[in-house]
Amino acid sequence: MEGIVGYGAYIPVHRIKVEEIAKVWGADAPSYKRGLMLEEKSVPSPDQDVITMSVQAARYAVKRAGIDPKKIGNIYIGSESHPYAVKPSGTVVAEAIGCTPDVHCADYEFACKAGSEGMFVSYGLVKAGLVEYGLGIGADTSQGAPGDALEYAASAGAAAFIFGRENVLATVDATASYMTDTPDFWRREHQFYPRHASRFTGEPAYFKHTVGAGKMLLEESGMKPEDFQYATFHQPNGKFPMRVGKMLGFTPEQIKQGWLVPKLGNTYSGASPLGLTAILDVAKPGDKVFMVSYGSGSGSDGFVFTVTERIKKVQDLGPKTWDQLNRQKYLDYGTYAKFRGKIHKLEVK
Amino acid sequence: MFAARHWREIPRRYRMEAGKCTTCGKVFFPSRLICDACKNKEFETVTLPDEGEILTYTVIRTPPSGFEDEAPYAVGIVKLGDVQLLTQIVDCEFDKLAVGGKVRVEFRRIQESGKSGILCYGYKCVPA
Repeated sequence: MEGIVGYGAYIPVHRIKVEEIAKVWGADAPSYKRGLMLEEKSVPSPDQDVITMSVQAARYAVKRAGIDPKKIGNIYIGSESHPYAVKPSGTVVAEAIGCTPDVHCADYEFACKAGSEGMFVSYGLVKAGLVEYGLGIGADTSQGAPGDALEYAASAGAAAFIFGRENVLATVDATASYMTDTPDFWRREHQFYPRHASRFTGEPAYFKHTVGAGKMLLEESGMKPEDFQYATFHQPNGKFPMRVGKMLGFTPEQIKQGWLVPKLGNTYSGASPLGLTAILDVAKPGDKVFMVSYGSGSGSDGFVFTVTERIKKVQDLGPKTWDQLNRQKYLDYGTYAKFRGKIHKLEVK
Repeated sequence: MFAARHWREIPRRYRMEAGKCTTCGKVFFPSRLICDACKNKEFETVTLPDEGEILTYTVIRTPPSGFEDEAPYAVGIVKLGDVQLLTQIVDCEFDKLAVGGKVRVEFRRIQESGKSGILCYGYKCVPA
C-alpha cells in the first residue's frame, strides 16, 4: 500500500524572541505571547533559503528511505519564498540529492499549503503507478513587514517526504482537499512583503477551510477524532491549531507533539509538514495520524496516516525535529534585520 | 562566478563528488585528469563523507569583494575522509572553534552574482 517511505526536517539554528521584536516597535510582548501563543521564531542565515533547507531535509528523507535517489521520479517543492522568480528551486535540489535527469520537477505555490500540495501530487503519482518514488517538500523563509503582526511569526524551515509503494513507514489511508476563492492574505508581483486582511484571516479563511477539510477527512476515513494518537494542523500562531483541533473534536494531548509554532514560528509551507515530521519522530507502529494544512487564498489538504513497523528502524537515521528546535542561537533585532535583508550596507562604487 | 562556471562545478559543489584513482586509490577533490602519484588517467567517482574535523581555521574580518556583508566569518581547512578542503565554517561561535573540532557539511548559498545574477550554491561546514 502507498505511503511515506522516508521523511526529513530542517530548522535553521538562529532564533529571535517575541520580546526582542516587540521592544523595537513599542509593542506589548506579553499580549502577543498570550494572544498568539508565540515565544520565539526561527531565522535563516543569509546563506540559507528555500533551496538550501530543502536540500538538507531531502537528504535526511533519502537516508531514512534507504533508496537510490535515481529512483525518485518527481520532485515538487511548495513554497511562497522560492529564491528565483523565474528558475525552479527543484532543479537545484534534484541535482544536490542526485536524482537527475530522469525526473519530473515543478515548484508549487499556494501560500502556506504549497508543501502539502507537493505531498498530495507525489502520493497521487505513486498511487497511479507513474513513478516508483515521489518527493514532496514544503519549505519557506517567510517575511513579515517590519512592525506588522506577521513579523512576530514568519519563520523558516523545511520538511521533505518521499512516497512509495514498498517499505512504507506510514500508509496513506485517506486524503481530502477543500478550496474556495477567499482573499485573506496575498503578495502582489514585485512586492517584498505580503499583506493580510487582519481578522478576516480567521473564521472565513483558516477555520472554514481547515474544518472543512478536516470533516471531509473524517468522513472519508470513517474514523472519529478519538481514533487518532496524533493530529497536526497548519500553525500560523499557537492559538489557531489548538482552536481548530477543539472544533473538530481533538484534545490538546493529540496536538501537542506536532505543535511547534510557539518555539518555531510560522514556517508557512513547512508548517503542518514539519508538525508531521515531529510526530513521526516519536510515533509507534499502528498509530493513526491526522494532518490538515491551510494555505491562504484559500484551501486545505488533509491526510490520514497509519504508522507501520518500519518506523522504528528509521527514526534515528536523521536529525529529529524537536532536537533541531531545541538547539538555538539567539539574535538581536539589528542582526535579524541584516540577516533578513531588511537593512543594507551602503554600496560605495 | 558566472553561470557556466558554476554549472561546471555542480558535481563537486552540490554532491561533494571526488575522483578516486583506479590504480593507487588516491582521492582528489575536485577530481583531475592525471593522478599525481601514479600517473593513471582513470578515476572512479566517490562521494566525500559529510562529517569531518577542523585541521586549522581563521576568522576573516577584512573580506574580499563580494563577501563584505558576511564579515566577520570563519574559514577552515577541514578533513573529510581522505581529503582536506578549504571551506567556510558557519553557525559557529568563534571562541568555540578548535583544531580537531567536529564539523558537518551543509548545503548553503555560496555567492550571488549581483542582485540580478545567478545564485551559487555549495558546501559549507557547521559545528557537529
